[in-house]
Amino acid sequence: MFTKLKSLLYNNEVRAILFQVLAVAVIAYFAYQAFDNLMLNIEQRGIRSGFGFLNDEAGFAVNDNFFLEYSPASTNLQAFYVGIVNTLMVAITGIFLASIIGLIVGIARLSSNYLIKKIATIYIEIFRNIPILLQILFWYSIALNALPSARNSINFFDTIFLNSRGLYLPKPIMGFELYIVLASFVIGIVSYIFIKKRSNKKHDETGIKTNTIPHFLGLVLLLPIVAYFVFGAQLEYPALKGFNFKGGVDLSIEFFALAFSLSIYTATYIAEAIRSGVESVDKGQKEAAAALGLKDSWAMRLVILPQAFRVAIPPIINQYLNLTKNSSLAAAVGYTELVTIFSGTVLNVIGQAIEIITLTMLVYLTISLVISLILNTFNKKMQIKGN
Amino acid sequence: MPIYPLKETRESPQSQIKVLSWLKDNLFSSLSNAALTFIALYLIYLILPPILDWMIFDANFDLTADNDSCGREGACWAFIDSNLKMFIYGFYPQEELWRVNTMFGIIVALAVFGSLIKKSQYRAHYIIGCFLIYPVVAFILLHGGLGLEVVGTDKWGGLTLTVVVAAIGIVASFPLGILFALGRQSKMRVVRFISVVYIEFVRGVPLITILFMASVVLPLFFSAGMDFDKLLRALIGITLFQTAYIAEVIRGGLQAIPKGQYEAADAAGLSFMKKTVLVILPQALKVSIPNIVGSFIALFKDTTLVLIIGLFDMLAIVGAATSNSSWLGRDTEGYVFVAMVIWVILYSMSRYSKKLEARFSTEHK
Amino acid sequence: MNQLLKISAVSLLTIGSFSAQAGIFHSDTLKDVQSKGSLTCGVSTGTPGFSSPDSSGNWSGIDVDVCRAVAAATLGDAKKVKFVPLTAKERFIALSSGEIDMLSRNTTWTHTRDTSLGLTFAGVNYYDGQGFMVKKSLGINNVKELDGASFCIQAGTTTELNLADYFRSNKMKFKAVTYDTSAQTKGGFEAGRCDALTSDVSQLAGLRSTLKDPSSAVVLGDVISKEPLGPVVRKDDNTWLNIVRWSLNAMIEAEELGITSATIDDASTSPGVQRLQGKSGKLNESLGLDKDWSRNIIAQVGNYGESFERNIGMSTPIQLPRGVNQLWIKGGILYAPAFR
Repeated sequence: MFTKLKSLLYNNEVRAILFQVLAVAVIAYFAYQAFDNLMLNIEQRGIRSGFGFLNDEAGFAVNDNFFLEYSPASTNLQAFYVGIVNTLMVAITGIFLASIIGLIVGIARLSSNYLIKKIATIYIEIFRNIPILLQILFWYSIALNALPSARNSINFFDTIFLNSRGLYLPKPIMGFELYIVLASFVIGIVSYIFIKKRSNKKHDETGIKTNTIPHFLGLVLLLPIVAYFVFGAQLEYPALKGFNFKGGVDLSIEFFALAFSLSIYTATYIAEAIRSGVESVDKGQKEAAAALGLKDSWAMRLVILPQAFRVAIPPIINQYLNLTKNSSLAAAVGYTELVTIFSGTVLNVIGQAIEIITLTMLVYLTISLVISLILNTFNKKMQIKGN
Repeated sequence: MPIYPLKETRESPQSQIKVLSWLKDNLFSSLSNAALTFIALYLIYLILPPILDWMIFDANFDLTADNDSCGREGACWAFIDSNLKMFIYGFYPQEELWRVNTMFGIIVALAVFGSLIKKSQYRAHYIIGCFLIYPVVAFILLHGGLGLEVVGTDKWGGLTLTVVVAAIGIVASFPLGILFALGRQSKMRVVRFISVVYIEFVRGVPLITILFMASVVLPLFFSAGMDFDKLLRALIGITLFQTAYIAEVIRGGLQAIPKGQYEAADAAGLSFMKKTVLVILPQALKVSIPNIVGSFIALFKDTTLVLIIGLFDMLAIVGAATSNSSWLGRDTEGYVFVAMVIWVILYSMSRYSKKLEARFSTEHK
Repeated sequence: MNQLLKISAVSLLTIGSFSAQAGIFHSDTLKDVQSKGSLTCGVSTGTPGFSSPDSSGNWSGIDVDVCRAVAAATLGDAKKVKFVPLTAKERFIALSSGEIDMLSRNTTWTHTRDTSLGLTFAGVNYYDGQGFMVKKSLGINNVKELDGASFCIQAGTTTELNLADYFRSNKMKFKAVTYDTSAQTKGGFEAGRCDALTSDVSQLAGLRSTLKDPSSAVVLGDVISKEPLGPVVRKDDNTWLNIVRWSLNAMIEAEELGITSATIDDASTSPGVQRLQGKSGKLNESLGLDKDWSRNIIAQVGNYGESFERNIGMSTPIQLPRGVNQLWIKGGILYAPAFR
């Protein structure tokens, strides 16, 4: 009988199941103990629990606010939403800037010009090895000290103002004329897509490449501008009244300092990803392009870069996610995004740390899951069939 | 008939003078290249002189100066010199500084020794020494205990604290990361599920929320009366965070090993433990060395975040030093100094990783 | 088999930390402090005059003195204090989680904090109010002229809420720039990021003294809220609450009786002084302390007035007048309950 039991124990499948049961039991035990302690501590210290605080009045003001209505009389839940929107705004701006800077630096890194290549390398080596928190503090203090005060703002045609508090842009006033301008923009994009598709088809069939850039400029840029002037959509202009500018769109300096420093930092990683992507392209491709007589820039544009991007896109998208997570350091400059508003001010007023931090984490988890999904679909589409 | 414009043919090299021909090839080979060179030179002209002026030419190197006599046009390096002790040791008592110095000294000795070991028979001893013996020794040195006076963790700060947090983060997260990486590959569904959930959860949230969780929520999960040291909480948070990233890196290494290795080890009759330790892990770790070091570099940078939960790492020391009324307004010098110190450490780490990679590389050259 | 055994062994070892005291709740802070041999006191990360470290890590300030008083009373030695610097965000959690024994961090006594955080205020060691500091060059004389201005605020403080309330009730608008620490608010103010700095008046005085050019800024006379600052303890321990409360009261009582750290040991026929010296009365027994508890406080830390003058008085760079923080017999509102 014992030999049968022993042989059962040595059976791989049985051991696997036993192991898993043990693992689950251990984890369940710890979880139960921890939860028990938690409930006990909460009860005996008189800390409130539950999500009721979301409906309480917030009582504090928020400096940056895009799109949403918010005042100190709004609820904590509305403050939560403002935080999410602010995080997304700085993340999107940062991603956009980082991609541009990263692309330029990445290509510069591969340039045949010695100086340009050296400058790009030094840029990457410097900004990659300094902590992001330090960079954020540094750029913020430079922005504060280098830009003029509100009374002496840098002035572009009396419509755009730049000073140490932020950038002030005119805001389009909602109305019928505005919808026409937006509609013409959409029409422009859609018609451009059609034209590009037709031009690609023609290129596939006959090999003749037509330049579609004038079409792009005309449809997507010129058309809405013409619509604007013809129908006369209104803009609200910022004007200095008293201490600050009133009217128009107000982008705070904290927003820019944060977006800028995040982009500079993330661009180093994007540049390196592009470089490793280009280096992963088989040497034979470059040699074949040269054998065909293609100029360097054409070889890069038509042969190397498309293949490089297949390898470079996953790490680049990963860096976008990192940038979004790094935006949580906004407390260093006082930019009011999710962590600063919710896990900062609201946490200090309400004190229910677990609920608040859990909610914050859930938001970031959702963002990263969405980005992972995008990445996975991209990877599936890009897979070279046959391996 | 060519559809695309052809590359122009180039004349054979004319100049015999090496410098001139190098300039011509690299900087001025074509019109666009020459334009780029001028743009580069202009950028250098814009950026470099102001920085050099502030740091060197207009700076005050007089180490006995105080805040007023230092002047504002350039850097005041006396600030760094008079606060150097705080930057490196934090608030560690003067008489016990030798303990911190010993700890740093051992790290340097281990690093030097590590690069000198050629024989693989000492490698196991070296690894055990690094990962098991040294942490205990370092803890006793810094904290006190056997005969040495106890120095509470609230006195640890500056570079010491940064090194302690980074080192413990690395040492503790490495074995845990290996466990989770293996777990994610495991055929047992429960183990795989737990590993995936843990890794994806931790990688999806910013480090600062994990630090908040560890510092603010963790004590509530334990019975009251347990004095949970703040540094310990930060270390737990950092370790939890780093484990997930290391696990992903090692998983990439595990996937890079040809399946044949797993199958051959199974065919040879090796148990799971023997297979993993003797066949799989050495290959996986060797392949992922650059990524592992990259992850450690990221960890080192992330240690600056502990200032947000109230620990006195080097950035926080800058704040403490400048709030002292004898050195007001010298933040810039402080930040530049901290940036330089961290940059030197990290750059050395990345160069060392390249050397490691070359040394362990078994590729055909 | 080996693996199972190893794993079970490791699990059993770690179970101890969780279940050891589950269900038994410690509410004897005095015993904890005395067995530890030192008092763990939560303070700020550096507020001149209230709690700030010098370059060797020695802390000083009136909040620090309250902690030292409690240490002198419970341990007989005012130096046996371990200071834990806390940001505004983590101060309450640090106290309620047991990391610190008491919080002395210029914390305003409010209803919410007193009732729904599991904490209790043990008294007031400074009656403050929220004020404003502006650049002299702006030529502003009172708050009502600051409609539409930008304010630098420290996040997570009652300052944010009071400012919003005040401007709402006066139908004025403002822009808030919130930073994590008061040092950052000062930096923003100096750089011109905001037009005015708002904080407790006592902090404004300290911040002003640390500006590059203190004479360029002026603290407005307007005070828009009450900010009674005092030490905080956990709700679960009444004895500890009494110890902290009466340590603070002892300092105030000593000043009222005219006793200083120099004269505490002088023989006196006054019964009030004798009670303070521990020579008569049994005030220590209900607190569980030695007879010398109040004598040690005055001898090692001094009375309230000494602490005030030493840290924030007119001879320091902070230069705060006693104002309402004067004894009731001299026209202020400092009134310790009867010491008997």
